[in-house]
Amino acid sequence: MSVRRLAVEQPESFAFRADTLKAARAWIGKFPAGRQASAVIPVLWLVQMQEGWVSEPAIRAVAELLDMPVIRVFEVATFYTMFMLEPVGTHALIQVCGTTPCQLRGSEALMDVCKRRIGPRDHRSADGKLYWQEVECMGACANAPMVAINDLYYEDLTPEALEALIDEFAAERRPKPGSAIGRQGSAPEGGPTTLTDPALYDGSRAKPITIPNLPAKERA
Amino acid sequence: MAGLLADKDRIFTNLYGLHDWGLEGAKQRGCWNGTKEIIDQTPEWICDQIKASGLRGRGGGGFGTGLKWTFMPKQESERPHYLLVNADESEPGACKDREILRNDPHLLIEGCLVACRGIRAHTAYIYIRGEYVFERERLEAAIKQAYEAKLIGPGNVNGWDCDVRVTHGGGAYICGDETALMESFEGKKGQPRLKPPFPAGAGIYGCPTTVNNVESIAVVGTILRRGADWFAGFGTEKSTGTKLFAASGHVNRPCVVEDAIGIPMRQLIEDYFGGVRGGWGNLKAVVPGGISMPMIPAAEAEEAIMTFEDLAARKSGLGTGTMIVMDKDADLVKAIARAAYFYKHESCGQCTPCREGTGWMWRVMERMVTGEAEMSEIDLLLDVASQVEGHTICGLGDAAAWPIQGLFRHFRPEVEARINTYRARKGSFPGAKVAAE
Repeated sequence: MSVRRLAVEQPESFAFRADTLKAARAWIGKFPAGRQASAVIPVLWLVQMQEGWVSEPAIRAVAELLDMPVIRVFEVATFYTMFMLEPVGTHALIQVCGTTPCQLRGSEALMDVCKRRIGPRDHRSADGKLYWQEVECMGACANAPMVAINDLYYEDLTPEALEALIDEFAAERRPKPGSAIGRQGSAPEGGPTTLTDPALYDGSRAKPITIPNLPAKERA
Repeated sequence: MAGLLADKDRIFTNLYGLHDWGLEGAKQRGCWNGTKEIIDQTPEWICDQIKASGLRGRGGGGFGTGLKWTFMPKQESERPHYLLVNADESEPGACKDREILRNDPHLLIEGCLVACRGIRAHTAYIYIRGEYVFERERLEAAIKQAYEAKLIGPGNVNGWDCDVRVTHGGGAYICGDETALMESFEGKKGQPRLKPPFPAGAGIYGCPTTVNNVESIAVVGTILRRGADWFAGFGTEKSTGTKLFAASGHVNRPCVVEDAIGIPMRQLIEDYFGGVRGGWGNLKAVVPGGISMPMIPAAEAEEAIMTFEDLAARKSGLGTGTMIVMDKDADLVKAIARAAYFYKHESCGQCTPCREGTGWMWRVMERMVTGEAEMSEIDLLLDVASQVEGHTICGLGDAAAWPIQGLFRHFRPEVEARINTYRARKGSFPGAKVAAE
């Protein structure tokens, strides 16, 4: 298991922004009355969207909002690795997938780029703009190796492509996510070899049909 | 034609996102067609048809989906029934549900409605992994379209009140286990629960719950539309239907593709994934379905058939059908050491054998990579792995042990050679360190 602790330096206070609070209330509304604790992960995520990370005052504020004991929210914030417990880069949080499928296709070279350009893992760069870490499988293995930058997936990377991405983010631009070699989603390089039959898409499948195997007599 | 399956028999017709993911596009491709007639039938008919189709859970376990639905109480009580869709796809190698979520979300929503009718539920929750931010927004947009078209929700045109809602996790692999998923859903740490009580008796909020994988739910609409016998016509007697396959690692063109279960592994790799890097002769090993499945060597991969039973007979498993291919340049020991680190990182810490064992196995594996180990440690490692396996609440302990067992089952001489090389280089007699200085 991964051991995670709150940052030593914590801000004085935390306040929900109006839009964050509105979104949080929408999440609470998705669950039955009295089950607002179900919204704790989405609400902590909203907090992270607002602040960039999850601080100790924020944990207290979430506990108050959801009427939960603080320790329960604390548990959740430290258990789930998506929650950053210390401030991250102002321009980009770069998460390099290092698990076996990405490793086999060269994620170690991507991490070397990050080390050279940003510095040691789990640290901010000297100018505070960038932060990188190695993460476990992100579920885009057919497009390995990949990194997630500010929650968007950049796939089929080479060290050069990652370097170009880092330049873009450092200059406060937002490059388009997706495959670096122009693949369509997870289709094979060079274009799909299946799903080429035009009859699938000409609307013939939207015509009325009879459901097969229906019981002989109608439902009472 | 490559593969076994013709385009007309593929369920996920927008797998690559070349067409409209929205409601209109989905309807053009046949989604939401005849849904009302399906919903008009009894839950028993729906369960019977899904049972007859032979659909087995697509999340790796391979449990009969129709059978699972019949475990739910036959009468609604004051405790509402729930459908919980497991979209927490986090197993290394698995990347198939993502394509459904972002490119064919309406198949999933329709499947939720049909499944809810089958288990007499009025609420479906889709728990999607936190990292899939784009996919979640796409799915939420599709659900909004379905509500606006009154296809789901209270008083919908299909005649079965059903709310479909999305929630998300925080990046924990363990939440792919159904009881950990329920804990996480309730806003707790994702630590698996003991069974019994089974989810069908007491699941989320203590209410009867069915947990299914995204792909299992997304195919049910099409199965009922085209007939259980159509679906059962693919594959073998015990493994039926079509399935999403994927390959990563050392293939020329990694991708996700749908084909019939029962396709030979070699044909799958050569027809769809552009073959092994450097030709089939360069193949060393294949992990058939997500990293937790033990690897099989090239000679077995040559004969293997992608079914639950054939791969089980090879002491591996179909799992999620998402392969990791390794050629002769691959460092298998390092690949499995990385997998061991993954399990160490993702263990929830609840059961001692897994919490301590995964870290211990990772540290030993790291030494095996360099060869800096004792020969006797191989047997010790396998002994510890067998003590983790089957002694934990959930399957993570098993999943952590299997890749290591698979490695040593087929490639033990390779690790031994590595240890010997390291010793030959360093000298390994008592006091060697002193002598070297």
